[in-house]
Amino acid sequence: MAERVLMKGNEAIAEAAIRAGCRHYFGYPITPQTEIAAYMAKKMPKIGGVFLQAESEIASINMVYGAAAAGFRVMTSSSSPGISLKSEGLSYIAGSDVPAFVVNVQRGGPGLGGIQPSQSDYFQATKGGGHGDYRMIVLAPASVQEMASLTVKGFNLADKYLMTAMILADGTIGQMMEPITFEDVQVETYDKPWALTGTKMQRKHNIVNSLYLKPDELERKNFERYERYKVVEENEVMYEEYMMEDAEICVVAFGIASRVAKNAVAAARKEGVKAGLIRPITLWPFPKAAVRKAADQVKAFISVELNMGQMIEDIRLAAECTRPVSLCNRTGGMIPDPEQVLAAIKAAQKGVN
Amino acid sequence: MAVVFQKPHSLTDAVLHYCPGCPHGIIHRLVAEAIDELGIEGEAIGVAPVGCAVMAYDYFTCDMIEAAHGRAPATATGIKRCRPDNIVFTYQGDGDLASIGMAETVHAAARNENITVIFVNNAIYGMTGGQMAPTSLPGQVTQTSPYGRDVNHCGWPIKVCELLATLEGPEYITRVAVNNVKNVKAAGKAIRKAFQNQIDKKGFSLVEVVSACPTNWGMTPQKALEWVESDMLPYYPLGVYKDRSAAKEGEAK
Repeated sequence: MAERVLMKGNEAIAEAAIRAGCRHYFGYPITPQTEIAAYMAKKMPKIGGVFLQAESEIASINMVYGAAAAGFRVMTSSSSPGISLKSEGLSYIAGSDVPAFVVNVQRGGPGLGGIQPSQSDYFQATKGGGHGDYRMIVLAPASVQEMASLTVKGFNLADKYLMTAMILADGTIGQMMEPITFEDVQVETYDKPWALTGTKMQRKHNIVNSLYLKPDELERKNFERYERYKVVEENEVMYEEYMMEDAEICVVAFGIASRVAKNAVAAARKEGVKAGLIRPITLWPFPKAAVRKAADQVKAFISVELNMGQMIEDIRLAAECTRPVSLCNRTGGMIPDPEQVLAAIKAAQKGVN
Repeated sequence: MAVVFQKPHSLTDAVLHYCPGCPHGIIHRLVAEAIDELGIEGEAIGVAPVGCAVMAYDYFTCDMIEAAHGRAPATATGIKRCRPDNIVFTYQGDGDLASIGMAETVHAAARNENITVIFVNNAIYGMTGGQMAPTSLPGQVTQTSPYGRDVNHCGWPIKVCELLATLEGPEYITRVAVNNVKNVKAAGKAIRKAFQNQIDKKGFSLVEVVSACPTNWGMTPQKALEWVESDMLPYYPLGVYKDRSAAKEGEAK
């Protein structure tokens, strides 16, 4: 039987990464994700792996780039301001089509912001952050269990599609403890004929590169990459629906916000309001079809976010503006309580009656 | 007919894109010769910079990666920590290594990262058309110091070897030049040693190659090489700035 253990969310990511075959971690200290680095620093030397504290977030993501290009499962973790610094590297990793695994345990911004939980890097994660046309697979865990399972999933997806998989968590899930189970980890392995191994004088040299000075060549590369992204959009969307069968009001929330929202939906049901929840697990690709389908059924959407309203834009796009979408939010490290969300649900119900 | 001179095996047949009279071709050749002589072509992984040598990945026959500007030592670190038995080298210019990438350079050296760094110092940003570099000399006229580098305004050029030699970390720090045959030969020897150190797992080895940029200095290739001798080398003296193993052997004797 699989073991059941009590773990912090950040530690669950670290342990799951090791079980997924990651033996190289490069990072730079920042709150509230330091437990990941601490766990790796302790474990890696004991299992023949490498933990290296880099001189900066910039250096650490470029170490990840090198290790990924060498064909190894590799990761880094950081929090919001650190991810801004890593964004240059994320763009190069995307442009070079190598797989990487990156964790963002978000804190409030902009600027140095705060160290309390936030979801204000939604745009950064799902729309870019670095320069150029590229995407990352963005996974949003809502429990310590998912911190672990989505980490394994992330490594597999990164290798499968030769892109970065990012865990977009927040300080709450990173810091809180819950009992979790490490199921038998399904490590998928993929051939990496493009990897830098040394030619051994057996083949032509491999070049890992994102520079294409001929515009037609760069265009072709981008078109090819987006063909691959299309396959991700078709096959890898993940979301959870809660009480959506007969819902009239659809709450959309991810991560820690979704747990507050779930309580509010249950409370609304007790008061006779037919609320339901869509919880995106992949933020990119966004569960557009689920939201579009819900739009045919519900009267209104509510986006519950720990920011000034970022995912709400994707909900509006997916719903094609057929239904009103309102925002129920806190920011700066504050978290809404279920009462606030319940009030928003009731207001939406009234607004459309 | 006997072959008396040929291209190193570790260089591809691609035509170099460098300007006429640019010493990058010489330095590429020295690196390739070292790789050939040490028999490490099949194990070598090169990291190209952003700058004039950005397309070095097309010129060397070994596996290559193109790094972000200044980040080559970090990228090389990632590769080397995964593949300690491969031979990993970076090839970087002065803007890449000593300006935007100074942190990566200093920390790779401090960690004694077992890599080989070829640092080409021609005192100017060549690829972008001749802007002031961290190694541009006092008074040097460039596109962004049109009245000559004013050290009171933008500071003094950085002496990379002298700076890195203050660190405990690195194994081998040396400065060579390629402005005449004697210096080219010495440069080749230093580059070979920098690779041999890595094979011997001795750690971080950096060879600074004082070079020229006739195009952006606005000089003929001949005049540029003279300027290296008359102006560059007095500010950037040639020599070995650190050689830990040699120093240890000296102590033992």
